[in-house]
Amino acid sequence: MDISNYLYLSAILFTIGAVGVVVRRNAIVVFMCVELMLNATNLAFVTFSRIHGNLDGQVASFFTMVVAACEVVIGLAIIVTIYRSRRSASIDDASLLKR
Amino acid sequence: MITLALESGATATPEAVLFWFLAPLAVLSALGMLLVKKAVHSALLLAWVMVTLAIFYIAQDALFLGIVQVVVYTGAVMMLFLFILMLVGVDSSDSLVETIKGQRATAITAAVGVGGLLISLISRAVQAKPAVGLKDLEIVGNVQSIATELFTKYVWAFEVVSALLITAALGAMVLAHSQKPIARNLQRDKSIARFRGASLATAAGLPSSGVYSRHNAVDVPALLPDGTPAPSSISATLNARGNMIDSKLFELELKEEEEN
Amino acid sequence: MTTSNLLVYLIALPLISSALLLILGRKADKWGHLLATLVSGSAFVIGVLEFFAMRSRSGDARPATQHIFTWMSVGSFQVDASLLLDQLSIAFVLLITGVGTLIHIYSIAYMSHDRDRRRFFAYLNLFIAAMLLLVLGDSYLNLYVGWEGVGLASYLLIGFWNQKPAYATAAKKAFVANRVGDVGLSLAIMIAFAQFGTVSFAGVKEHAHHASPAALTAIGAMLLLAAAGKSAQFPLQSWLGDAMAGPTPVSALIHAATMVTAGVYLITRSNFIFDASATAQLLVVIVGAITLLFGAIVGTAKDDIKKALAASTMSQIGYMILATGLGPIGYAFAIMHLITHGFFKAGMFLGAGSVMHGMDDEVNMRRFGGLARFMPITTVTFGLGYLAIIGVPPFAGFYSKDKIIETAFNAGGLKGILLGGAALLGAAITAFYMTRVVVLTFAGSKRWDDKAHPHESPALMWIPMAILAVGSVTSGFLLASGNAMVNWLQPIVDPHHHEHGEEFLKPIVVSTMAIVVVVLGVLAAIVKYRTVPVEAPTEVSVFTKAARKDLYQDSFNEAVLMRPGQKLTSGLLFTDKSIVDGAVKAVGFSLQTIAGWIRNLQNGFIRTYALVMLIGLLALIATVWVVTL
Repeated sequence: MDISNYLYLSAILFTIGAVGVVVRRNAIVVFMCVELMLNATNLAFVTFSRIHGNLDGQVASFFTMVVAACEVVIGLAIIVTIYRSRRSASIDDASLLKR
Repeated sequence: MITLALESGATATPEAVLFWFLAPLAVLSALGMLLVKKAVHSALLLAWVMVTLAIFYIAQDALFLGIVQVVVYTGAVMMLFLFILMLVGVDSSDSLVETIKGQRATAITAAVGVGGLLISLISRAVQAKPAVGLKDLEIVGNVQSIATELFTKYVWAFEVVSALLITAALGAMVLAHSQKPIARNLQRDKSIARFRGASLATAAGLPSSGVYSRHNAVDVPALLPDGTPAPSSISATLNARGNMIDSKLFELELKEEEEN
Repeated sequence: MTTSNLLVYLIALPLISSALLLILGRKADKWGHLLATLVSGSAFVIGVLEFFAMRSRSGDARPATQHIFTWMSVGSFQVDASLLLDQLSIAFVLLITGVGTLIHIYSIAYMSHDRDRRRFFAYLNLFIAAMLLLVLGDSYLNLYVGWEGVGLASYLLIGFWNQKPAYATAAKKAFVANRVGDVGLSLAIMIAFAQFGTVSFAGVKEHAHHASPAALTAIGAMLLLAAAGKSAQFPLQSWLGDAMAGPTPVSALIHAATMVTAGVYLITRSNFIFDASATAQLLVVIVGAITLLFGAIVGTAKDDIKKALAASTMSQIGYMILATGLGPIGYAFAIMHLITHGFFKAGMFLGAGSVMHGMDDEVNMRRFGGLARFMPITTVTFGLGYLAIIGVPPFAGFYSKDKIIETAFNAGGLKGILLGGAALLGAAITAFYMTRVVVLTFAGSKRWDDKAHPHESPALMWIPMAILAVGSVTSGFLLASGNAMVNWLQPIVDPHHHEHGEEFLKPIVVSTMAIVVVVLGVLAAIVKYRTVPVEAPTEVSVFTKAARKDLYQDSFNEAVLMRPGQKLTSGLLFTDKSIVDGAVKAVGFSLQTIAGWIRNLQNGFIRTYALVMLIGLLALIATVWVVTL
């Protein structure tokens, strides 16, 4: 098997995540799709690390995880705040940018 | 430690088996995330994808990351997701009917384009490039190697990221903390207000309405010690409606009875 | 050349007083008129002091200057705010402040029932300041400031009762007509600057000797246009009649004695230009001759006493302009007639005001008649002015007007005969229409309603009239005796002692002819106006109709200037709206349409924005894909 298969998998997962962000309305699912995209890139980083024979890719992946963790914490807090005021977790309801 | 990497771009057969078994499952799970109605199912499917990826990390000589993936992502982050799902309503299912015209078709077209181009680019990039592999570095161990990298080359990024984490924790606390716009008027506050007020006349509460044996006395004012009626003893609403009955009325009857 | 420190106060005092009265507003209502009169009187005192100081000097030392500040200094071009008081200026200063003060006093009584009397006096002081700046400025630019200032004051005072739309329109008309003249003045200044690089009187005079005739003619023509605008000369005379909408003291001061004579001052001051350009001089005499006849003819048909006097003013200034066009000897006579005219015309206007005061502001002379019994003092002062204007010896007009007629005849050849004839004819018509005014107003039987109670005006009004009447009687003799005026002005207007040509007619012949035509004019009027219908007769000759309509000058202006102007404006407006605005609006409309499409993208849904990002990513990757091919 060729190592690049991991990269293809990564690309496919990334794309699926992107579609999920655009198509789903539930804010939490959208958020999970974002996580899926991040994970897909992590897989690519790890594979790059292996291809190039150094650990930079793994370290980048590590930082991605940390940042993703922060993002999850803040993002979920925002979702809770919106839910508290609007009683809805649908991102289409929060379309205040229109007005 | 599972060391499956070979010198060239190809991998050992066990890894291939692992990949071809798990990768379709991961893709299917990811697709399932988009298609199921309930958010909690999506979360479970995502957890499975993450576990799969963790296995792939370990298979690719990234033991530390694989463990972290399981602990941080599948453990903590997904936990957090489920927690919030419970807050928002775990059994609510979403409608999958698209409301924005052309959104879904455009999204899928664009995504297919992105995916296709990415795969095409990757295939072009990796052509005839042998993979180096991480064999040499594995002598000291994966965790030690990453630690060396983190605390030497990437120490500044590491510190900055730690600051980011703390900021995020504080931010989440601030966001999640709900503050009432108006202070609630509790009994304690009312009591304090009564006694701190200008007049102490009503501090102990208003007098109750007069009680006469012959009348349901909620609309008859009580009599003060000097015999005059106290309008404050009956509801202001009754007073405003004009439903207040003069207490003299009953006084008079009493006197008549006495005379009789 | 000496310097004087007092000159600036001549202008500053009335200016400050005017500003004070306008700024303080109603707070100054009680004493505003007194302050204004006091200031005007102070200016007169300063003028008299300067006059005697000047007389005590001799020769070249007589003119006095005062440098106030450097106005602008650009390279070699420098304009100072400097004042110049010479023999010509002092004559004007005395006239302006003297007559001005009398009219201030008169106005105290005349305007006593007007609640805006303070504002009236503020404007009067503004006028005095501007007029003094006009005659004291030592350069064309300083003169221009005063020139515009008197225009402003005139506008404000004509429209003083601007609650009546007709009066406001009259003010606007005066302003617009003056503006045409002002353009002439500014063009003259620009040509002078372009040709000589200086705009001061002294500088232009110095350069005028070796300037091209074309340039001098152009400057002269433009100055004449300016003079025509300010002095109501043909073809810009139409505003003066309407300017009578202003209060009568204004008509007396501004539209008879002082401001309208600014054109004469301008031409006299610019004598070095006109003397050097025969063409410009010819234009001046043509304008003067036409206007003196024009005004006189219009004056015969006016029933409004003030408009009749206004037409007379126009005609008399025509005499002055004619005189200024006759060369060095004419200037002195023009100024002499200007001063005598200032006395008798201001006196007559004040008399007219006194009549109106007694007759409930009635101005139609056909509704007067027999007022001599009720207003003896007014009749006497008016009558003295009347004798002066028609040129009966020994009253003032006789000396000044006969000199002009004489000089006109002496111009030589056919030109002399034409000009002299015009001036003589003008004198006859003047006698006719002035007699008509006097007969209609003071003589004959009464033609007013029983509602009117004619009465003599208070002392505050008749004392100024009396003083002016004294001037009407004596000023001519005083100025003419021993050629006083000619000698006085000689350093300014005739520095090289031109020998004047052969006398065409002996002075005594001219005087006799003048007296004969005057007597004929007076007799014709007396015969014609033995009986006067209260309503103006409608069955009249074409000439009378024309004269009543100001010889169709307004109709001409309207048909030739106003209507095409309006057409042009509406055409331009249409072009602007349809083509210019159309193009702009088309751009805007197409942008709006495009924006309307793009706006649909901004639907507020985050998912749409995310989709746009996805498309952007697609484009990015596609670019990379293509580039790395």
